[in-house]
Amino acid sequence: MTFQVELVSPEAISYSGEAEMVIARTLEGGDIAFQPGHVPFIGVLAVWSVDVIRPDGNRDTIAVHQGFVQVVGTRVSVLSDVSESSADIDVERARVAKGNAEAALATDRDDTESAGALARAELRLRVAGAEA
Amino acid sequence: MAGGKERVLRRRIGSVQNTKKITRAMELIAATRVVKAQQRARAAKPYAKQITAVIENLAAGGAEVDHPLLRQADKVERVGVVVISSDRGLAGPYNSAVIRAAERQVQNARSEGADYSLIVIGKKARDYFAFRNYTVDSYTDGISDNPTYEDARRVADTVASMFTDGRVDRVELVYTEFISIGSQKVTTRRFLPLESTETIAAEGGGEIGVSGSFEFEPSPEAVLAALLPRYVEARLFGALLESAASEHANRQRAMKAATDNAEELITKLSREMNRARQDAITTEIMEIVSGAEALGSDDKSDSQNDIEEPVAAGVEA
Repeated sequence: MTFQVELVSPEAISYSGEAEMVIARTLEGGDIAFQPGHVPFIGVLAVWSVDVIRPDGNRDTIAVHQGFVQVVGTRVSVLSDVSESSADIDVERARVAKGNAEAALATDRDDTESAGALARAELRLRVAGAEA
Repeated sequence: MAGGKERVLRRRIGSVQNTKKITRAMELIAATRVVKAQQRARAAKPYAKQITAVIENLAAGGAEVDHPLLRQADKVERVGVVVISSDRGLAGPYNSAVIRAAERQVQNARSEGADYSLIVIGKKARDYFAFRNYTVDSYTDGISDNPTYEDARRVADTVASMFTDGRVDRVELVYTEFISIGSQKVTTRRFLPLESTETIAAEGGGEIGVSGSFEFEPSPEAVLAALLPRYVEARLFGALLESAASEHANRQRAMKAATDNAEELITKLSREMNRARQDAITTEIMEIVSGAEALGSDDKSDSQNDIEEPVAAGVEA
């Protein structure tokens, strides 16, 4: 049995396909894995990746910068303003962003904007499979 | 004398032809843009639908919280009017229609004894309201032609913070709804406060989930609090996209009418010009003939035939 997975951004449906399992990380709740038949679920996502395990065993990792996940029956929808697959990620830019954010945080520890930027940059690098 | 009128007309035809080339080009550009804008508006639908679906399921799960975006003011002291117009003209009645509807909202607010606050998108509406000494509280341009979600978020955040700070107690959204290529309608919608989650759910349009026990993480309230601002953004984004599609559709229509008019004008002017040219030729021939006749009355009579025959040919041609 499989899922229908959709990643929906405000501008388009950015990913759609079948899956055996979907792994996401919710705000405060930690990692959660869904398999077909999961109880109806709505959660707020953290800045983290969503892993889609396809029926053929391959894994798609998508960086999701906050959003929501809704599981109803055999459908998983991820709603997010920004989601990127590893192919979309500009590793160089993420590195630069990470450097800038770290520099800003070094001077001001409570800079939440930079902290967010750092989290996003680190996520991008992780999804792209590049270590900083 | 001869050819004077003809030259003037020829120049006018040339200028109308140039205008026609421009309007024709604008028509074709608008035609391709309207298709693109329409596709974007369609592509944005799933997100709005899904967000509504989540709110529906939240409502079914019994989450109703005191969120600042749901605040119902006891007395409305200031009404915010968000108006979406375009930066450029030559789009037929597109801008004037939406501006008129917005002005009506301002007047409604005044007649209710409330103040108004204008949040303007697009140069055209800004120019109109600034010229008439309305206060424009927030102005954004350069986004109405091809709006991105980022643009929508910026404006939505401005409006939402005006509302949550209590600077406005109600917000109306005036935009042009895109029904089809041939039909667009100026629409006024209540933007804020958001209806309660139940009303959003009842208006629906989203997919009905399996009703009943949802699990929420972190909690229904937290989900709703995170969700409502997104819902506001998605609604504004949808309105921006529809307005952009409407703008291009209106421009296409206006430019098609202009091109047709130019064509008609060219036909009319060419006819006039041909007649003027013919008149000039006829006059010239008459002069030659009468001149020749004056000479011929002294001369032998057979010389008249030499002149008259080419004259007859000339008049027919």
